[in-house]
Amino acid sequence: MSDLEAFREEVRAFLEEHAPKSLRGTSPCGPFDGYWGGKKHPPVDPDVLRWRDVCYERGFTAPTWPREYGGAGLSRKHAAILWEEMRAMGLPRPVVGFGFAMIGPTLLEYGSEELKREHLPKIARGEIRWCQGYSEPGAGSDLANVQMRAERDGDHFILNGQKIWTSHADKSDWIFCLVRTNSSAKKQQGITFILVDMETPGVTPRKIDLISGSSPFCETFFENVRVPVRNVVGEIDKGWTVGKALLAHERANIGSSIGRMPGSGQRELVDRARRHLAWSEGKIEDAVLREQIAELGMIEEAFQLTLDRVAQKAQSGNPGSESSILKVVATELKQRRYELGQAIGGLQSLGWEGPGFDADDLAFTREWLRSRANTIEGGSSEIQRNIIAKQVLGLPEVK
Amino acid sequence: MLAETARKLVEGKAKVARIRELRRPDHPTGFSRELFAEMAELGFTALSIPEDFGGMGLGLFDLAQILESLGRELAPEPVLTTAVLGAVPLLRGGSDDQKQWFLPSLAAGETVVTLALDEAGMRDRWFSPKTRLERSAEGFALSGEKIQVADALVADAFIVTCESPSGLALALVDAKAPGVSIERQFRVDSRAVGIVRFDGVAVRESDLLQGDARAILQETLDRAAVALSAEMLGAAEKAFADTVGYLKERVQFGVPIGSFQALQHRAATLYCELQLLRSAVMAAARAADEAPEAFPRLAALAKATANETFLHVAKEAIQMHGGVGMTDEFDIGFYLKRAQAAAVTFGDTSHHRRRWAELNGY
Ligand SMILES: Cc1cc2nc3c(=O)[nH]c(=O)nc-3n(C[C@H](O)[C@H](O)[C@H](O)COP(=O)(O)OP(=O)(O)OC[C@H]3O[C@@H](n4cnc5c(N)ncnc54)[C@H](O)[C@@H]3O)c2cc1C
Repeated sequence: MSDLEAFREEVRAFLEEHAPKSLRGTSPCGPFDGYWGGKKHPPVDPDVLRWRDVCYERGFTAPTWPREYGGAGLSRKHAAILWEEMRAMGLPRPVVGFGFAMIGPTLLEYGSEELKREHLPKIARGEIRWCQGYSEPGAGSDLANVQMRAERDGDHFILNGQKIWTSHADKSDWIFCLVRTNSSAKKQQGITFILVDMETPGVTPRKIDLISGSSPFCETFFENVRVPVRNVVGEIDKGWTVGKALLAHERANIGSSIGRMPGSGQRELVDRARRHLAWSEGKIEDAVLREQIAELGMIEEAFQLTLDRVAQKAQSGNPGSESSILKVVATELKQRRYELGQAIGGLQSLGWEGPGFDADDLAFTREWLRSRANTIEGGSSEIQRNIIAKQVLGLPEVK
Repeated sequence: MLAETARKLVEGKAKVARIRELRRPDHPTGFSRELFAEMAELGFTALSIPEDFGGMGLGLFDLAQILESLGRELAPEPVLTTAVLGAVPLLRGGSDDQKQWFLPSLAAGETVVTLALDEAGMRDRWFSPKTRLERSAEGFALSGEKIQVADALVADAFIVTCESPSGLALALVDAKAPGVSIERQFRVDSRAVGIVRFDGVAVRESDLLQGDARAILQETLDRAAVALSAEMLGAAEKAFADTVGYLKERVQFGVPIGSFQALQHRAATLYCELQLLRSAVMAAARAADEAPEAFPRLAALAKATANETFLHVAKEAIQMHGGVGMTDEFDIGFYLKRAQAAAVTFGDTSHHRRRWAELNGY
């Protein structure tokens, strides 16, 4: 038996013994996408916490991280097996969120030893929830234009300014920010990447409503917020490099989290078609919608196969420009899935709340609206195509 | 490694420009006999035939890589014809005699056996041919007309799909048998296809392939679809690479046209589509060898994706070349012609989407 096969056996035995029965089959097709953690987390099913604890003990919440930071020191191939086996049992990832997917891997690469020891184990245990303070009113796609100021005062920086679109800021404990430490240099060169405890006086998140009716994101105001200089990740004024590396992790995560549910889009649409469309002899009667579902199902499968192929190719840890490809494809696929679902729903896809609509349809409508954000957040599809054109295809910059 | 060899061979001796020579009405075969012999010598035709019959015993995955290389330069040599259209039905349904007789010479590239499949108006109703096999004093008589038969001009024998008294049958017919006539057709992609007519051709019981004809034909079609998808992948990638090269060279408004974002974004979109196509083709080819239960679904996936992507790439390639892209003197147009021909061979997109839906239970 090869080392990988032996590991698969070991994982199966582990899951069989430790995965709470109540969580099996709940994910990734089900409603539960994993534990986001943090001090402000609402009360949660104790099995979710038990699941997190047994995984954490084995380093399985963040399996590729070194053991001393709460991981299991596994290779990407071994980790892929672990995720596959969890997926096969319909288990959620034990810990999810921006800590695990974004700041964790960035700290591993750029953080000081002190910062790694302080933050990584807490991320791996889901004790601290993180949010992302990148965007500002004047810095969206043009992220290097961030203006939030950080002025040095001894061994502290004093932060003043505003972040916007900060997802889950109201539920998070810490925020990682891009701030301006030097305004005389070229705009990419005066940026610093810094970690801020949201309990520091002067940090105020305010919720913003989305078109889907929920308010998952905030504006976050900073007024004379004192942050220790040791919270800088990488070097002062050189935060752009760190910030970009994190973006690649973010994109890769958006891409792969969509691919983590193979076939789920097609399954969901076929279920919807069972409720809303006429069938005869085991087929959807409407030939156009049927073909459109097939088209979507195929793109979904080809995308899943591409994720597998990229995973096999990538020996070393960090996502590169392929994360842009995965992000573009995954997000456009997801939007297409909701559009098609709405078409299948017909009038029943229009419910906002109240009588005459069932809960699944209402939730679907909200998801449809939410999905419009997928091609904007994490760097818009246009920005990703700029990256592919330049970094992958080597096309020239506009002069 | 063979894929590397194939790539070097086409780059050295088979650049797409030679189509202008091969397409001439007086060209006897529509491909190069010498080059085909060389390909056979390198093992391209033997690759997927079992070792017992003089082959190399490799699978569709390896063959797909060769076809991808040939596809880059749209090489029309009958490798797919020999290795799939001829060899697969013989392997699955041939008698020992037929296998002993044909497979070693197919492997050696000395014989061409092709599939006489399509008929006028048939579209994808391959399982209900109008060509008929009727009882006669000596056995059977075969009558009907097949169109656009691949490599009909050079074929030594045809495997003919026909309706027999007991349902679908596959008859192995010698190209020189009395009553067989072949007429060359001229197609947009310059492939040397032909009309093959069977006029009461005598067929013996022993000329019929044995076993479940529907299953044999379905497997042949699935394998052919994936093999062709591999060829299309190579072609689409080459057309794309040439186009990206052109975007970097061509100057307008004092800058390379590749600096215009409208073109950059479309190129980026094509690149993403090509990544998905590559994944689909590789997975399907691998499944043919390793995961037969998943193979039919993945074959539909590969071919539908290849149809859409190759055509999209080829159309954009011409647009991004501007006026020269429209000229016969420039090579890029060959890719569009081939894309259209390949997209309607062994199942168009609509066919494969319907098949996919069926295989997925809706
Ligand atoms: C739901 C959601 C959650 C988010 N969560 C966070 C978060 O947690 N933290 C955070 O920091 N940010 C977050 N964002 C912000 C997100 O990263 C930005 O919205 C995004 O980068 C786009 O910036 P913008 O909104 O300013 O749009 P703009 O940059 O103003 O873009 C407007 C349009 O112009 C296009 N455009 C801009 N520049 C170019 C160009 N060079 N070439 C071609 N087209 C261009 C864009 O693609 C877009 O279509 C979130 C956004 C959303 C919608």
